[in-house]
Amino acid sequence: MRKRKPSSRLGVALVAATLSAMAFSASSVHAKDNIKIAVPAFLSGGAAGPFGVPARNGAEIVIDAINTGKLPAPYNSKGFAGATASVDFVDESGGSTKQVAEYRNLVQKRGMDVVIGYISSGSCVALAPVIEELKTLTVLATCGTPRVFEEKSRKYIFRTMAHATADNVAAAHYVTSLMPSVDSYTGINQNYAWGQDSWRDFDLSVQHLKSSAKASKKLQFPKIFAGQYGTEISALSLDKSKLIHSSFWGGDLEAFIFQGAARGLFKKKKVVFTVGGTAAYRLGKKMPNGLVLGARGPYGILVRDRKTALNEWFVNTYKNRYGTYPPGPSYQYGQAVLATKIAYDKAAKAAGGFPTQEQVIKAFTGMEFESFSTTVKMALGDGHQAITENGYGITKYDNENGEPGITDVKFFPAECVMPPQGVTSVDWIKGGMKGAKC
Amino acid sequence: MSRDRTIPGLTVALAVCAIGGYFIPDWLMNQMMFGFARALAILGLLVLWRTGLVSFGHALYFGLGAYAVALLDINLGISDAFVRLGVAMLVTGGVGTLLGFILRNYRDIFFAMLSLAFSMVLYGILVKTEALGSTDGFTVSPPTFLSAAPEGKYPLFVLICVFGWLAAVLVQGYLRSTLGRLTTAVRDNEIRVEYLGYSVARAIHIKYVMSAVLTGAAGALTAMALGQVDPDSMVNWTASGELVFVTILSGPGSVAAPFIGSLIFELLRTYAFELVPHAWQMIVGGTLLAVIFFLPGGIWSLFARALKADK
Repeated sequence: MRKRKPSSRLGVALVAATLSAMAFSASSVHAKDNIKIAVPAFLSGGAAGPFGVPARNGAEIVIDAINTGKLPAPYNSKGFAGATASVDFVDESGGSTKQVAEYRNLVQKRGMDVVIGYISSGSCVALAPVIEELKTLTVLATCGTPRVFEEKSRKYIFRTMAHATADNVAAAHYVTSLMPSVDSYTGINQNYAWGQDSWRDFDLSVQHLKSSAKASKKLQFPKIFAGQYGTEISALSLDKSKLIHSSFWGGDLEAFIFQGAARGLFKKKKVVFTVGGTAAYRLGKKMPNGLVLGARGPYGILVRDRKTALNEWFVNTYKNRYGTYPPGPSYQYGQAVLATKIAYDKAAKAAGGFPTQEQVIKAFTGMEFESFSTTVKMALGDGHQAITENGYGITKYDNENGEPGITDVKFFPAECVMPPQGVTSVDWIKGGMKGAKC
Repeated sequence: MSRDRTIPGLTVALAVCAIGGYFIPDWLMNQMMFGFARALAILGLLVLWRTGLVSFGHALYFGLGAYAVALLDINLGISDAFVRLGVAMLVTGGVGTLLGFILRNYRDIFFAMLSLAFSMVLYGILVKTEALGSTDGFTVSPPTFLSAAPEGKYPLFVLICVFGWLAAVLVQGYLRSTLGRLTTAVRDNEIRVEYLGYSVARAIHIKYVMSAVLTGAAGALTAMALGQVDPDSMVNWTASGELVFVTILSGPGSVAAPFIGSLIFELLRTYAFELVPHAWQMIVGGTLLAVIFFLPGGIWSLFARALKADK
């Protein structure tokens, strides 16, 4: 029964472990002809297919083109202020707490100069305090929650697309102005922050724009990643409301579309999917016609046919490399990378040499630029939060070319769907959207 | 009597970490904090495991501890590390005592599944309730220490090391007590233990509460080290699974094993994440398989072998 418990060498072993780990951490000095960019996006799990991988690909083609100076004019100068970017793609999965730990690694261990990305609102909200603490320029690409800049003023964080308020305000505009027969509506949204916020914004906006419209009392809030919507679909079919609002995304969105189509839901009801754009290319011919789709702004299928040099370059390069049209997240990540380049170049011009981070931030703040599909103004959050136009369209499969298509696309200007500086989104909508220019 | 060198060994390790921690880079200190904080939960699971019980629901206590810290911070503005830790342990101790009355009657897969069910109840509540942060969770402000608010992470790092040392020494003392020695006896033959005049249910109940409190402390310290809590990384069944994973990786051989295993897991995951961002889970999972096949006693058996060969 007597065994010796070995342990006194433990201390020695730990010293050795500590020392060897210290050797790994060798400094991260780098020359001015190279900057290190980390691009986090979902690379594993359910959000990788519809969001993460297209986002990563969108960032990749733009970074490659910047490094070789092959972007269309006026962005055809090489590099970020002349510096070539080396890029590390990072997995965003595992929850926001894990992302906080990983962000520290990115900056403190791997010595990143800039972090560009993040899809989930949870990641962005959780990271904001850490980013400010570690003082590293971080450009949020896709995440939607307005909280990031409405809770506090940020110095090191920028977001180059409009926040989620625009999606639901624009949906309300689209429905009330283009679908006059709709006088009642209901919703199916996931029971968590994103779903609850989306419904609230949509409901308040419709009430403001068309007070005669009635919201159903039987709203559906299934839990996130439920995957099975049989009972909800039956309840929605029986509901008298003419329109269904949904902020479903990713796998839940696709499951709901499949199950709803099988039960004829989309023949009975009009449905507006605020982030449905990602599903259009993925489902192809299986996507029912007649759905109202948004893409979180002027991205993806909504702008595929815009004939600007930048947009044509983006669509063709993406299609040649990855074999599909770029969906929304590709545009959003590409736009964030492009914005970073423009800020670096602008700062370099002002400084007359490679800029410091402070100078880049100064150049970035309040900047206005022409992106691949739209004009972006860094107008909110003291010049850190972008506003862009936002629009919706109706799905119609293009049988001639055998590809997904969209009709009746209508865009609303940025100042129409986003609150002005200094007002929080909810207060703005509740207060009757004062200052909106539509 | 054999000389047990666990406690002197742990003390040396504590001194090395506390002094060495002052010189190591920030990222490594972060990793050690996360690793050692999690090790407390592993220590709790180890106590259960030696009785032959595996809980697939200890994220319940991890999450309770973490959310206790976050809610204290947000609702009452309490930032003192000792108060936060104390409250987290009280809460998890209380919940553990209550659930223990039910769980102590179950063994094997029933014990594992029932504990999983309880943890998913908490997960469901958190995700659906906006006042509890829903899926976004909360940001936790940096801790203060008895009204001192020092810069940097070093004070918290020392607190985690000292607390880890204390917990390991106490658990070691418990395992060597009569009640503690019943641990393996219960696993081997419950009926005999009853005939010896001890209550098996009571013994298991005590172990369960111990492991709950240790896991609660782990959650509280992790929340303070990270500055963030959220249901997906802390309360979901995957978080429970991760704790079991690290327990198997560490091995049940010694109270020092959780600390080594947990730190190795943290570093392994970080490097896997960095080197193969698309398939890091495969590296982590592959390591577990390799450990199960080649080191049934966990990583600790490597240390044990090396130390034995020495003598």
